[in-house]
Amino acid sequence: MQLPTPTSVHSEEESHKIEKMKRVVRRIKFESELDLNFGERVADKAYGQKLLSCIQCGTCSATCPLAHYMDYTPRKIIAMTREGFKEEVLNSLTIWLCASCYSCYVQCPRQIHITDVMYTLKREAIQMGFHPKRLPIPILAQEFYKRVLKDGRNTESWLLVSLYLRTNPFIMLREAILGLKLFLRGRLTIGREHVKRRDQLHTILEHKKGEAPL
Amino acid sequence: MKYLYYPGCSLRSTGRAYEESLLSVLKVLDIPFEELNDWNCCGATSYVSIDETDAFALAARNLALAELQSPDGTINLIAPCSACFLVLLKTERYLESYPDVREKINSTLDKAGLHYHGRVNVRHPLDVFVNDYGLENITKRVKYPLKGLKVASYYGCQMVRPFKTFDHSHYPETMDRLVKVLGAEPVDWPLKTRCCGGSLTGTIQEAGLRLNRLLLKEAEKRGADIMLTCCPLCQHNLECYQERINRKFDEKINIPVAFFTQLMGVALGLSEKELGMQRLFKMPSLKQITHPKGEMANAW
Repeated sequence: MQLPTPTSVHSEEESHKIEKMKRVVRRIKFESELDLNFGERVADKAYGQKLLSCIQCGTCSATCPLAHYMDYTPRKIIAMTREGFKEEVLNSLTIWLCASCYSCYVQCPRQIHITDVMYTLKREAIQMGFHPKRLPIPILAQEFYKRVLKDGRNTESWLLVSLYLRTNPFIMLREAILGLKLFLRGRLTIGREHVKRRDQLHTILEHKKGEAPL
Repeated sequence: MKYLYYPGCSLRSTGRAYEESLLSVLKVLDIPFEELNDWNCCGATSYVSIDETDAFALAARNLALAELQSPDGTINLIAPCSACFLVLLKTERYLESYPDVREKINSTLDKAGLHYHGRVNVRHPLDVFVNDYGLENITKRVKYPLKGLKVASYYGCQMVRPFKTFDHSHYPETMDRLVKVLGAEPVDWPLKTRCCGGSLTGTIQEAGLRLNRLLLKEAEKRGADIMLTCCPLCQHNLECYQERINRKFDEKINIPVAFFTQLMGVALGLSEKELGMQRLFKMPSLKQITHPKGEMANAW
């Protein structure tokens, strides 16, 4: 009996795919491509967190309620940060999915304030323009920042509308009924809330505009 | 001792019932309080994700304003929303522990004619009711004990973490003790401080809904008639998305979610309107449960 040769079983397209798979691609970074001081800089900005003392036990990942949605678990983020994988860390979904529940912060056997590290990474990602462009979480943070900078208080209805306009306006249709229900119960205000002394607030918040980013 | 009260933005919109019920309960218990003049947003979790100095300065303006408003002694600032509570507390603690941060923030505040000296003590109303006013005093004021009502107390994350100001980080019991004093029965459940996802229901909804589904299902499984919260965002998530969770995951969850101050008010004999009950999506049916100690004083 004659066995079919590999070329006879695969279509042209499939064999092309196999060829592509066989191509030798380097998947591991060289040390020279890493940002070796990255971990140190992040630790410094997060109040001297001892990232090097992390024993990679994975308690943070186990306790994290959102770990199964993350591209890298919190444990991996700590490891990658201290090794200098800057692009990977700052582009990750993980830092944005962190809902600041502080579970890892209180559980960490090495007392690393992981939530503060995540905040530092978020700020770094925004300042360097790294975050995934259409991910709603950083957009919500930016819109919130702008709203409060302007009025001193947040008005939830306005915040959500500006979020949907920048991400996906069709979501407003999905949320319309819920919005109406809240409105009928007096739980959604149309008028914008603001502080009386906006000038004072602006002096505080704009004073440092000339400073270099963190 | 007079308290200063910091409402926060959510208590003026989605969490309106929380403010109404909290103020009614404070009044009926004769706890003196005053609203913080011209308070601003605490910055929540968003501000610190963009700019840390701005985030601290924003929160510190409230602390400085509190010092202006009460010139002497330690100030007890009540912050009912968990996010506000934590942000203000964290600012207070960080300004105390890191002199360089304090100096930087104070130099920013100075430009606007403000200064923070470190006299503010940020408090959660649950802490004030249980540890300042006292459970014994509350017992004396209970008019309508909530006999037979099974309550799942949900604390959420930021009130007990990362700072343990008055209770345990993973298994707090303050609200359960309060519930017992009101005559109801606290349900023992393990998800008391598991995260509800916060603003995820507005951004990555699938993830947010799943977290809330877990909490609601567990509370129902343990036989709770009602879930109590102490945060406007948790309450909004757990209550307003129930229908959507049922549709998406083919569940039959049906549990009222109220603020702990609302249930307190019911036991203290306050009216539905004073407690903002009409603002809830699902009104807890308490009429059959409350057993008036004295004569029937109101609708309950």
